[in-house]
Amino acid sequence: MTSKVTSAVMRQGLRVLGVAIRAEKAVFSAAVLSSALYGVMTVASAWALGWATENVVLPAFDRGEAAAGAVTLGAALILGTALLKALGVAGRRYFAGVMQYRMQARSRRDVTRQYLRLPLAWHHRHPTGQLLSNASADAEAAWAPLAPLPMAVGVIVMLVTAAVAMLVTDPVLALVGFLIFPAIALLNLVYQRRLSPLATRAQQLRAEVSEIAHESFDGALVVKTLGREDTETARFRARAEELRDANVEVGRVRGLFDPLLEALPTLGVLAVLLVGAARLESGAITPGVLVQVAYLFTLLAFPIRALGWVLAELPRAVVGYERVQAVLDATGSMEYGAAALPSGGPARLEVRALDYAYGDFKVLHGVDLEAEPGRTVALVGPTGSGKSTLAQTFVRLVDPAAGAVLVDGTDLREVARGGISDAVALVPQQTFLFDDTVRGNVTLGLPISDADVWAALRLAQADGFVSALPSGLDTRVGERGTTLSGGQRQRLALARALARRPRLLVLDDATSSVDPQVEAKILYGLRDAAATSAAATVVVVAYRMATIALADQIVYLEHGRVADRGTHDELLERCEGYRNLVTAYEREEAEREALESDEEINA
Amino acid sequence: MSSLQGVERSALATVRHGLSLTPEFRKGLAGTLTLAVLATLGKVVVPIAVQQTVDGGLKGAVPDVPFIRTTVALCAAAVVITALCGYLMNVRLYRATEASLATLRVRGFRHVHDLSVLTQNSERRGALVSRVTGDVDQISAFMQWGGLMIIVAVGQLLVASLVMFVYSWQLALLIWACFLPLMVAMPRFQRWLSAAYTRVRERTGDMLAAVSESVVGAAVIRAYGSEARTAERLDTAIDANKAAQARTQRIVATVFPLTEIIAAIALAAVVLVGVRLGVGGGITKGELILFLFLITLFVSPMQIATEVLNEAQNAIAGWRRVLGVLDTPPDVADPGSEGVELPRGPISVSFEDVGFAYPGGPPVLREVSVDIPPRSRIAVVGETGSGKTTFAKLLTRLMDPVSGRVTVDGEDLREVRFSSLRERIVMVPQDGFLFDGTLAENVRFGRPEATDAEIALAMTELGLADWVDGLPAGLDTPVGQRGESLSAGERQLVALARAYLADPDLLLLDEATSAVDPATEVRLARALEGVTRGRTAVSIAHRLSTAEAADEVFVFEHGRIVQRGPHAELVAEPGVYADLHASWVAAAHS
Repeated sequence: MTSKVTSAVMRQGLRVLGVAIRAEKAVFSAAVLSSALYGVMTVASAWALGWATENVVLPAFDRGEAAAGAVTLGAALILGTALLKALGVAGRRYFAGVMQYRMQARSRRDVTRQYLRLPLAWHHRHPTGQLLSNASADAEAAWAPLAPLPMAVGVIVMLVTAAVAMLVTDPVLALVGFLIFPAIALLNLVYQRRLSPLATRAQQLRAEVSEIAHESFDGALVVKTLGREDTETARFRARAEELRDANVEVGRVRGLFDPLLEALPTLGVLAVLLVGAARLESGAITPGVLVQVAYLFTLLAFPIRALGWVLAELPRAVVGYERVQAVLDATGSMEYGAAALPSGGPARLEVRALDYAYGDFKVLHGVDLEAEPGRTVALVGPTGSGKSTLAQTFVRLVDPAAGAVLVDGTDLREVARGGISDAVALVPQQTFLFDDTVRGNVTLGLPISDADVWAALRLAQADGFVSALPSGLDTRVGERGTTLSGGQRQRLALARALARRPRLLVLDDATSSVDPQVEAKILYGLRDAAATSAAATVVVVAYRMATIALADQIVYLEHGRVADRGTHDELLERCEGYRNLVTAYEREEAEREALESDEEINA
Repeated sequence: MSSLQGVERSALATVRHGLSLTPEFRKGLAGTLTLAVLATLGKVVVPIAVQQTVDGGLKGAVPDVPFIRTTVALCAAAVVITALCGYLMNVRLYRATEASLATLRVRGFRHVHDLSVLTQNSERRGALVSRVTGDVDQISAFMQWGGLMIIVAVGQLLVASLVMFVYSWQLALLIWACFLPLMVAMPRFQRWLSAAYTRVRERTGDMLAAVSESVVGAAVIRAYGSEARTAERLDTAIDANKAAQARTQRIVATVFPLTEIIAAIALAAVVLVGVRLGVGGGITKGELILFLFLITLFVSPMQIATEVLNEAQNAIAGWRRVLGVLDTPPDVADPGSEGVELPRGPISVSFEDVGFAYPGGPPVLREVSVDIPPRSRIAVVGETGSGKTTFAKLLTRLMDPVSGRVTVDGEDLREVRFSSLRERIVMVPQDGFLFDGTLAENVRFGRPEATDAEIALAMTELGLADWVDGLPAGLDTPVGQRGESLSAGERQLVALARAYLADPDLLLLDEATSAVDPATEVRLARALEGVTRGRTAVSIAHRLSTAEAADEVFVFEHGRIVQRGPHAELVAEPGVYADLHASWVAAAHS
């Protein structure tokens, strides 16, 4: 992780700023022009005050009067420069803000577009928390230096103007300025170099504290039921205290440099007075000039720190930008073809010599599979045999490493974008509901009539509980809505699939949280529907006998390979693994009965 | 479910209450504030130095250089001393705030674990994480910057005014008269700004929700081809957030520079009036120049009033939320050291006329009276929503009954020390949550002192050794965040091993193997029968054979136990159990 204001970070940081400047030329120009106006007017306002001192205040005190014209002009100069300066400040702040927000919004749009575009395999490789922070905190950090940037540019204009003004006024006093202001700039640089590694470390620890809290609260049931609250608190406390110490370290550096940065220009003013006294003595300057230069130093002291603010944000910005860029540069995009799948009638699914691996861990080897139109195929296999992964390839959530998935003879990779989801619907093992109404969760924005939504809910055995919800189809569910039980969520997810009348329906253990009685109703409903209009080819991943029994064909997977295929009766007959799996309960029951009868005999 | 709002307090009361909970902050606060005041005095050094130079050093025809030198030296010493005060003040402030906020964080964390909302309402967990992270960070950001700024600003105003009144009350009044309209108008500006900032916070929340949905729901979005719709929702949220931010910037850009104009008016007025006063002999020219310098000290406090507003609001809101959590009494409290310690050995439980309802909800458990004798094997059956899970939660004291009581070995569960209770009664929930780490680390969570050999032995005893051997790195296989590298069924296996290693006297399984394949499940059930021999075991059953193997079956319907007895007896009599059994059989054999 980049952490120091090194010259490399500076270069990268400036490149990041360059990207923003090129992207928002007009806004940046407006911001810089406003800020330059502010910079020049800051110097001008000191000059106006000096002029008023020289031409109004001193004559009045020394001679007991001041020319009325000078008084009016003095007041007008003070007010005029202030008005222009205020205008510059307003423009600088507004345009700097707009530029920053536009760039942030742009990054967020690009990043989320990329999330939607990248294949799911890419998502699997990146933790959810990281993806969320790429689009929120990182996009924000990347463009954070844009807020103080125009001011910093304005400050440079201000310093140059001040240098010229002082040189013109008095070269010796200017020399004091040429010593003090570079010293302030240098101190700023040292400050940021000392601070940024500490700030980065604190930032890192803050993320770790958050991770522990997230994990610990997510696992609350485990923590509670095993009585591990105290060890969890100790784990959290250790990291929270590290964070505390890191923050105190940051505070120590801030605490040292902030007063120093404030004291240095003050000492500069005192030096001006000291040197100025000697210059007055030699008659090189007038008292008005002395006041003007002293005032200028007072005005410059604070803005000059804006250079430091930009520097302070640069390392974080570089990290944020790199993280955002890593998402935008991510390859392995899912390419789409131009083919269209035929519409109407159940689809034919064919899987040829399919391999799949998570990293180096191969989970599917040479899988062949066929599902004839209108038929139901069950994928059966022990825990961890690769069934869910295989199901995901049917809707092209992931592409096989080798081999192909074909629907109606077309390789899914050849199908145009959006073409697959029109024909194939997957109901995944883990249900996801959107923060939306019941209707929105079923239709997902498609123009599906309420009558069709209800029909789908009915088929998914969800019409009962939905009509009992406070606002029926308009009830909000999901993260910020009504809490539904696991079984209810699964039934909504099933309705979502059914509402689109898919030609191929893939159920990945999609009714595991539903009561067996309700599940049976759903399955019979599906079978009856298959005989009528909503005919679909169905692939189910299941353990339950009732589900398996509905299938015309069973594909039995073991260790990522198709161990056997055929009807239930055929497999029972010849495939030992299958027999063991599906008759496990029956055999157990039989053994128990045998044991009990033994006991009775022995008794 | 309780909203965790706590008592509604005013901003000031919130701060006071918050500070009372963190004694570290108040310790030495007086000293820190004194140092802050001393540091602020540094601000008037330059104006006074200029005044002294003009009036003392430049009063004759020739500048009095030695006088100016002395003045400058004294002032430089004052600057160095006030800078030192500033340093010391900062260090003390950081130490005190960080110490107190770390305490608040840890207290909040511990307290959240005591709140049942954590286990009952999974949707709220993200918000609870913010209570101990982002919310506390906002308080610290405010205390270390915004809050300090307010103190410095007020101090600066007071010190500058004081010096002004000492030199010339007329000019002092004049300057105040110039700034007064701005001070009066400030609350109104702050209201506009605060409304605008509130809008930004809401829009940011919406945007984060939209982003989170697009990431968490990635699979569904792809499977249903709703990328375009999601992109549209994202754009709307992102643009609305940007628009709200730009709006606040417009207000800030309007209000912020006003101070510059007011300051210029004050400068011009001081020159005009000061010259008249000076001609009348009221003040010296150095004093007049002093006023010109002092006016600059009025500018930053005015600007700070708009700059720190957002932070102050965030901090107060954050504090209110953190206190809301801390003020929520744990609905299930640990009797702690006053509680009873249960002796080890087989456990008996009894439910005495127990009823339960969620606040404001209908009763979910009614008049449940039942005994679980030591070493018995109980199966709990019933439809979804019949009260099985509530029964399990009451037995493990994740919740307390609304009426009646639950006793363990004759002791009221509410009187039993948590440490003792959690050691003796362990539940394996349906969702096998795993921590990021290796498989062995997760199993060890059940008993932190367990050795690798003990963990391997536990896996073997549960018949899981073959499965472990088939994993890429055996027991050292990383399970990923929340165990996501394993399948749902595999996670349940690890969760079971974890509970088994904890060696409880009563093991409660809440559909703990529902996602495991039948052959493995049967193997596990058999292994469990062996390893739980001599212990009490309660299973919430999702299949027939569990009930058949039990000593006794409790049949739940509509929150009551409607039937109980051994399987053989229950299945023979007409009733809920016989119906359930029939549908199970149908499901298993059709």
